[in-house]
Amino acid sequence: MPTELLKNPYVHGAVYGVVIVTVLMTITAWSIWFERKFAGRMQSRVGPTLVGPFGLLQPLADAVKLLQKEDIVPASADRALFNLAPPLTVLFALGTAAVIPFSPEVIAADLDVGVLWVLAMGGLTVFPVWIAGWASNNKYALLGGMRSVAQGISYEIPLVLAALVPVTLAGSMSISDIVRYQEKNGWVVGMPPGPGILAFLIFFLASLAEANRIPFDIPEAESELIAGVTTEYTGMKFGLFYLAEYLHTLIVAAVGAALFFGGWAGPFGLGSGLHWMVGKTLLLFFGVFWVRWTFLRFRADQLMSLCWKYLVPAGLVLVMLSAFWVHYKAGTRG
Amino acid sequence: MAININGPLGPKKVSGKAIARPTRSLAVQSYVPEIAKGLGITMKHFFVNTKETALGQRNDPVLESIDDGINCISYPEQRRPYPARFRGLHRLTHRPDGSPRCVACLCCSTACPAQCIHIEAGEYPEGDPRRGYERYPKRFVIDELRCVFCGFCVEACPCDAIRMDSGMHAAPYDSRDQFIFERERLLSFSGRDGTFETANPRKEPGEPGHPGVDRTKHH
Repeated sequence: MPTELLKNPYVHGAVYGVVIVTVLMTITAWSIWFERKFAGRMQSRVGPTLVGPFGLLQPLADAVKLLQKEDIVPASADRALFNLAPPLTVLFALGTAAVIPFSPEVIAADLDVGVLWVLAMGGLTVFPVWIAGWASNNKYALLGGMRSVAQGISYEIPLVLAALVPVTLAGSMSISDIVRYQEKNGWVVGMPPGPGILAFLIFFLASLAEANRIPFDIPEAESELIAGVTTEYTGMKFGLFYLAEYLHTLIVAAVGAALFFGGWAGPFGLGSGLHWMVGKTLLLFFGVFWVRWTFLRFRADQLMSLCWKYLVPAGLVLVMLSAFWVHYKAGTRG
Repeated sequence: MAININGPLGPKKVSGKAIARPTRSLAVQSYVPEIAKGLGITMKHFFVNTKETALGQRNDPVLESIDDGINCISYPEQRRPYPARFRGLHRLTHRPDGSPRCVACLCCSTACPAQCIHIEAGEYPEGDPRRGYERYPKRFVIDELRCVFCGFCVEACPCDAIRMDSGMHAAPYDSRDQFIFERERLLSFSGRDGTFETANPRKEPGEPGHPGVDRTKHH
């Protein structure tokens, strides 16, 4: 009885966990192809064309290339930590995916504290980066790791504040509940008029910073830090960092779609389903690429000033506004 | 109007016109309109380039290379057309029987400013109709790394035996000795029209018009 078996939460979690991870990995691999093609078109180049039709098999070629490369551990590096960091980055990136509801059924673990779990896992991604920076025993890696920690900790705050807005509005920390609330009352971006979209913008910026994407990629700023924490990494270990960055971005896009864009709920009463969630996630993911290929990297002090002087105060105000809004609604109802 | 400025010896009066600093409006300071504009520009490029690729309206990379749009040349498959008189890798032209037209006169190696041509002349064996009239290159070696592609060797050649019209540029090789082209290598290149011989006539011994070896006979 496969359907009977799926009702068991452990079996359900295991089955959908495997499915979600597989799909996410596949999307991530081909998103690299897409990003290269997209960037090429933007910059009036052609992008990958040689491997497969339209260069579609490029991700496979890249993976084979990375696997073939010599695996070098610097003599003075801390071998255990050096080897530990790359899988950890992927682990924390994928851990977030457990609580993302792609549809009412397609979710690995419907935690009551889903938002908290997402934020905690996002916060943990700083650790492997710092471990990598420290264990490499390389000044550029160390500087990159320090910057990454500073950036991750700073942007954690606006990220939490922005995520608190849908939590306050829906009155629940479970992402599924937040989506169900949006199904009934409209998407968070559109409500309460104003703060919703601002909260999304803060969330978007802060999660770009957390995922170390351009324009917030100062931890690996190649012009000044060679490649930051990944300087000493070769082959598939480097590939894992790369994979984790894209995975993290994709998952953050999924979280954004669920928290602010109504998850599986379709717009204009067009029904709901998995396709809406996937479509919204991919659109947000696309937005990340768009931003990446348009803007330049911030300077470290500009990055900090954007966070502490603008995003954090704005986030605090937004949380208060949404609390007032909830209070006002409760008052008018009762 | 006179204003005070700080000079090296204290305040100093200078005259001039005071120009107000341009004010930076909120729109400029917040960067938001410029951010939106930048996103618009990149997306416009993406859509225009995608449309042109999909409709097969890619620019001609030679004629429209300064126009907007994709101007890439996918190199090994597509090549930039070289001008008609492009000086590429050397080739040795053939006689009708496939041997080099070269008579080993050493004009080219003498003219060469880079001294990249090495020729060892050989005498035809006793009884060969060409013996005594001309020699042949036992070795004909060009160091393509040393060559400056000036074309003097082609100008110097009295026999139209060396040409630079192969239409090929030096390809990257693994090691330097691969750039040293021997006689057989140079003979294997054709001109850009695909032929190995040249249109310039050359009379072999025995053909009418060949001046002959023992010229004294005719005088």
